[in-house]
Amino acid sequence: MCSAGLTTKLWPRGSGHMIYTPHQVQFICDLKKTMHPVIEVSGVRKAYGKTIAVAEASFEVHQGEIFGLIGPNGAGKTTTMECIEGIRKPDCGTIAVLGLDPFRQVYKLQERIGVQLQQAQLQKRIKVWEAVDLWVSLYGKKAVDGERLLEQLGLKDKRSAWFMSLSGGQKQRLFIALALINDPEVVFLDELTTGLDPQSRHAIWDLVRAIRERGKTVFLTTHLMEEAERLCDRVAIMEHGRIIDIDTPENLIRRHCPERTVLLETNDPAAGDHFQTIPGVESVTCAEMRFTIRGRGDELVTEVIHCLSENRIRVTDFRTVLPNLENVFLKLTGRSIRE
Amino acid sequence: MLRGLWKLTWIEIKVFLREPLGAFGTIGMPVLIFVLLGRAVDRKFGAPSLAASGLSGAALPVLAALLISVSAVLSLVTIISIYREGGILKRLRATPLRPQTILAAHVIVKLLLTAATLVLMFLAGKRYFPPGAHVPWLSFTLALLISTWSILSVGFLVASIVPTARFAQPIGAVIFYPMIAFSGLFVRISVLPLTLRTVARVLPMTYAVRLLEGIWNGDGWPAHLNDVAALTVSFLVFTALSAKVFRWE
Repeated sequence: MCSAGLTTKLWPRGSGHMIYTPHQVQFICDLKKTMHPVIEVSGVRKAYGKTIAVAEASFEVHQGEIFGLIGPNGAGKTTTMECIEGIRKPDCGTIAVLGLDPFRQVYKLQERIGVQLQQAQLQKRIKVWEAVDLWVSLYGKKAVDGERLLEQLGLKDKRSAWFMSLSGGQKQRLFIALALINDPEVVFLDELTTGLDPQSRHAIWDLVRAIRERGKTVFLTTHLMEEAERLCDRVAIMEHGRIIDIDTPENLIRRHCPERTVLLETNDPAAGDHFQTIPGVESVTCAEMRFTIRGRGDELVTEVIHCLSENRIRVTDFRTVLPNLENVFLKLTGRSIRE
Repeated sequence: MLRGLWKLTWIEIKVFLREPLGAFGTIGMPVLIFVLLGRAVDRKFGAPSLAASGLSGAALPVLAALLISVSAVLSLVTIISIYREGGILKRLRATPLRPQTILAAHVIVKLLLTAATLVLMFLAGKRYFPPGAHVPWLSFTLALLISTWSILSVGFLVASIVPTARFAQPIGAVIFYPMIAFSGLFVRISVLPLTLRTVARVLPMTYAVRLLEGIWNGDGWPAHLNDVAALTVSFLVFTALSAKVFRWE
């Protein structure tokens, strides 16, 4: 078993395309084989009366990654997460978190995980430091320094404020603090940034990345595709209680949405004919000297640039439109996540 | 197992006192009712003989004590339902905090509150009692705590079934205040219709009244062991029932 820090560095993720030597690739493959997944979910199903919340969920979460369960509201994300946290009992299927059965060994598990629940509240008139103090007293092992945690999360000024007087972002940061108080191995974050303004959202993304940098595993749910794409190493797309695909955001986009679009503006009359000859191009349309070039494959943009320079076409505007997770979702489910 | 109990209890006390209206309603109302009733009786019969008044000597203090108890129980029902609706119970449960610890903290807070209100009532009501009259303060307080503890278990059952926090207080009031009416305090249980008699036998309020009356009138504890036993049994039964139907969210 390798150290968490090492894993964090080795796992390919995010925007940077890392290049590994064959030797390193072999090493990573070996690591993946020997490493036990932190969370194993297999064949989980959960219904409330006649409503099926989770029809079938199976996936694994590896150590040191940010894993996102994404999908529209009502897809079954929270129920899946709460089954993994041991708050709910699945109707069937098995779950193991850190090798424990979350429902039977819930107290053992709760010592080792940190949880932030969707739309949770605390007592209206509890003070920030009192909540932290209470949480510190709940864990058997040595908790982290609560005051330092508050400082890190920018809540130091608010330590004597009542819970009800905090803003949405401050409440969320307090809940993150409470989720981190026992120095957990796995952190669960449910709809972390829902209802927050963009500034608070970015601040919280940084916090989540900082959790990963400390070697923790993060399991989160979100219905914001941008959040998933920017934050998650791997995502599972969930709809109607089923997981329809799991991979890194890049791979999902590459697999399901290989289309690329280049928009450019030029008054070269011959440009259109040149564009038609670019390999990978599927359509070229033009309106008032604005060209829309559609095609597929990673090479398309390079090919367009190559064509422009080879034929000395002067452009006054050049933009690329790349598909994102939103498009992937649309493609997979036939509807927008916002509907 | 009870890790966090004292911290949670202390926090709940502070949180309760920070809500001025709630604290006044729960502590102030029973004392106020007692003082007003005491005055009315006082004016009618004149000091110093509350004991000789038309109400049996124990009736007024016992009624006031029951009001304190019900007030504490209603406060519990309301708080539990607010906590459930707000997701506070769920949040607390997603920690190593055991459910029984959360409930125990609330019971302790309510018992402390009951004792504090009773002391206030004794102080406020001092002048309505003849000077030098023998009042078994300590035993009476203990009797009230045992009674409240038992009635709280019915409170948990009610807290388990009220649909929303908004209805908690009114539903609780509709359930608990009538209980006082057929607890044997005003009308002897033997003259009640059969159904009500059965209800009275099942509810802890009846035994609470017998215990409190007896203790106020100077009975020793051995004479009321059966009442204490009945209160304990009803605590166990109602706690078991509410454990079955309790919802955390």
